[in-house]
Amino acid sequence: MKNSTMYIVGFAIIAVLVVGTLLLVPGEFGGSDDSGGQAAESYGYEPWTGNWMENLGFELPGETESFLFAVQAAIGAVIIGYFIGMLNARRQANASKDSEA
Amino acid sequence: MHIMEGYLDPMWCAVWFVVMIPFFVVGVIKLRKILAEHPEQKMTVALSGAFIFLLSSLKLPSVTGSSSHPTGTGIAVVFYGVGVCSVLATIVLLFQALLLAHGGFTTLGANCVSMGIIGPLCGLVLWKLIRKANAGVFISMFVAAAIADLMTYVVTAIQMTLNVVTSTGADFASSFIDFMSVYAVTQIPLAIVEGLVLAMFAQYLSTAKPEIFGIADENKLNPFSTEV
Repeated sequence: MKNSTMYIVGFAIIAVLVVGTLLLVPGEFGGSDDSGGQAAESYGYEPWTGNWMENLGFELPGETESFLFAVQAAIGAVIIGYFIGMLNARRQANASKDSEA
Repeated sequence: MHIMEGYLDPMWCAVWFVVMIPFFVVGVIKLRKILAEHPEQKMTVALSGAFIFLLSSLKLPSVTGSSSHPTGTGIAVVFYGVGVCSVLATIVLLFQALLLAHGGFTTLGANCVSMGIIGPLCGLVLWKLIRKANAGVFISMFVAAAIADLMTYVVTAIQMTLNVVTSTGADFASSFIDFMSVYAVTQIPLAIVEGLVLAMFAQYLSTAKPEIFGIADENKLNPFSTEV
């Protein structure tokens, strides 16, 4: 299979899995991390401490939490983008060297 | 897979830290050797960490009606092994525990064992087996990344089960089924998504920088090897 076909098929499957789930599956899509905690509590388990912010009486606003998750994603994306850009620049430089030779 | 602060008894927090520490120490030693002896690989190490940063920040919906996130550890473990993967995963887990109060400091050992050690180790075993069978980079990375992701959540389910069994006397089988349905079943479609993303990137690398897979081929399966 050609690389371009592989990418198209790959992204199409990802889109179907993510967008199809959002469209077809009923649910509020709460986090599985929270569900895990609730499942433990259903067995009578009581958490013995909260997170450090709760313990200091501070709650992270939802908008700030989303922003920080976006910052985390951005750190990863910038490095990956830089790596791809660097590879492409090297390939172009090598190609032009070859054509000059 | 983040076990929240307070949801593991102090005894289990200690146990998982004890399990984590040897892998983490080997990872730090290996990482220092890589950066000292192969400075040209700095960017590849950064890339391995970048995928963990990026993918573990994305909450995706699943067919169970809840959401979860990929782990992004496939590239790191295939190129640099379990030790380095545990160090990179710990950096991300600390970032989330400190800035987002997501996961926790007392549960850091347990979360690192699932996301940075056992899950990725399962992925690496499959990578080695499939590559030995002369399979291509795409299918090898797909299986390795998807299994590393899925097994991370299976390990989390085991950790939570052991905790409720020892602290509340719950039945092992029924609590394990409950935690597996919360964590692992939700994760199946997301593991497929993660497998595809990393497999497509590996395919791109195999055409843009094929020599990079020399690092993966020389990478040892033994998690305690510091050979670079």
